[in-house]
Amino acid sequence: MAYGQKIIDHYENPRNVGNFGTQADVKGRRDIGVGLVGAPECGDVMQLQIKVNPGTGVIEDAKFKCFGCGSAIASSSLATEWLKGKSLDEGLSIKNTQIVEELSLPPVKIHCSVLAEDAIRAAINDYRTKNGMEARERTAASAH
Amino acid sequence: MAVKLPIYLDHAATTPCDPRVVEAMLPYFTIVFGNPGSRNHRFGWEAEEAVDTARGQVADLLGADPKEVVFTSGSTESNNLAIRGAALMYEKAPAGSGQPRGHIISAIHEHKAVLDPCKRLQKEGFDVTFLEPPKDGIITAEAVAAALRPDTVLVTIMWANNEIGSINEVPRIGALCHERGVLFHTDATQWAGKMPVNVERDSIDLLSMSGHKIYGPKGVGALYVRRRKPRVRLVPLQDGGGQERGFRSGTLNVTGIVGLGKACEIAKAEMDADGERILGLRRRLEDTITGRLDVTQINGHREKRVPNITNISFGFVEGESLMMAVKEIACSSGSACTSASLEPSYVLKGLGVGDDLAHSSLRLSLGRWTTPEQIDYTAGAVVEAVSRLRKLSPLYDMHKEGIDVSKVEWAKH
Repeated sequence: MAYGQKIIDHYENPRNVGNFGTQADVKGRRDIGVGLVGAPECGDVMQLQIKVNPGTGVIEDAKFKCFGCGSAIASSSLATEWLKGKSLDEGLSIKNTQIVEELSLPPVKIHCSVLAEDAIRAAINDYRTKNGMEARERTAASAH
Repeated sequence: MAVKLPIYLDHAATTPCDPRVVEAMLPYFTIVFGNPGSRNHRFGWEAEEAVDTARGQVADLLGADPKEVVFTSGSTESNNLAIRGAALMYEKAPAGSGQPRGHIISAIHEHKAVLDPCKRLQKEGFDVTFLEPPKDGIITAEAVAAALRPDTVLVTIMWANNEIGSINEVPRIGALCHERGVLFHTDATQWAGKMPVNVERDSIDLLSMSGHKIYGPKGVGALYVRRRKPRVRLVPLQDGGGQERGFRSGTLNVTGIVGLGKACEIAKAEMDADGERILGLRRRLEDTITGRLDVTQINGHREKRVPNITNISFGFVEGESLMMAVKEIACSSGSACTSASLEPSYVLKGLGVGDDLAHSSLRLSLGRWTTPEQIDYTAGAVVEAVSRLRKLSPLYDMHKEGIDVSKVEWAKH
């Protein structure tokens, strides 16, 4: 697959790789939200962790790990960049189509952006439910 | 000396032409350009002579009579002609009779150029049994024997598999078919020219091969069609001038045929030395990679494989991103993301390799000019790439934390 420069850049220099602890560690931490989406047999799994300031509700840090193709790695790397400094509501408003546009994902790779959006929502909702809020769908409708 | 990049390790897809092949072909473009079908002038005679020489060279590689060699455009055409041609010629019941028109035995990990003609015949009223291989990928004579029926007209089992290199029990399957009076076709695209063939000893009725897999040109191949015990007849795929004993109408591709012949001659002379050297290099590659990385798996039978192909799965990394990481090495992957269909390799799935490991596979195939330096560079690059991608992989973290990734309830998407 011939990819655009932005995908290659994220793939070769992924931003914010890592986590805030093992699966067991972060499970009990109320300031961390975890999203783990996809499945190995489908060829991609994304793990997104966000660290939220409980006082301001702002996402202070975000880390990812990804098993997947170059587009999946680039989509999750980009997601961490966009999440940092955003409020939870702002985070939920990120649409997969914005990721497609930013990275110029080819049509067969749109599902990678959908997965990244799923990971964002899962991480934010994990934080919300850990802190007594109900899980929320996207704040703005997006088409995909 | 630094290794020249990129490194070509995709010889199971295609090979470069041997310069000796190109040299043999050149005069037939411009000087001896005649149509071998022109029976009444020197230009035609000389072209026919060249085709006859090539026919002899191909026959010599296969242990066949030159009259049994039919030139085609390559293995895909040879497979179609053999399978469709034999099924239609030897059908047991006419179409629309309510009975199966005949029974064919093949296997689920055959090349598409065998599977798809079989599936078309299935739609047209033939019964087809697709055998499922065990984990080592090898179809045995016993597996074929168990599937034979009184109305079986054709068994088509490839010699060596193109993705994993595993070797099916061709001579034993051939002997079984001859004993039961059933025609036997083998797609020998990855075998002929690399390993010895003798159509008599190996009891083969129909054999497909391609020029470009054995350092010959693309667009030319051959079908061996047995002429005695039994005399095999085929319904041709195309009608026209009746060339190639009526099996394959169309003006002969003289330059290509000359190249194929020369490639066969070289292959026969150098097969043993090439095979041994390439096997040594493949061992070096596999030993280095599996010695330096955990959770790797060599797919297919460990020993019963053609020497030039290795197919390795790397747990917890995905094939397409792995290929991006080793972009200086030209190879193939079973990953869905590298296929047009977005499905992981049906060959690996057919062997019972889990979808996760099928997504994580690389096929590296070596060739006549592969060097030890290239192999060492490749092994190092693969180890480095897998290590880097595992640092990115949530699955590798889970594995190290003692979580069995295959037991996690994943949300399907």
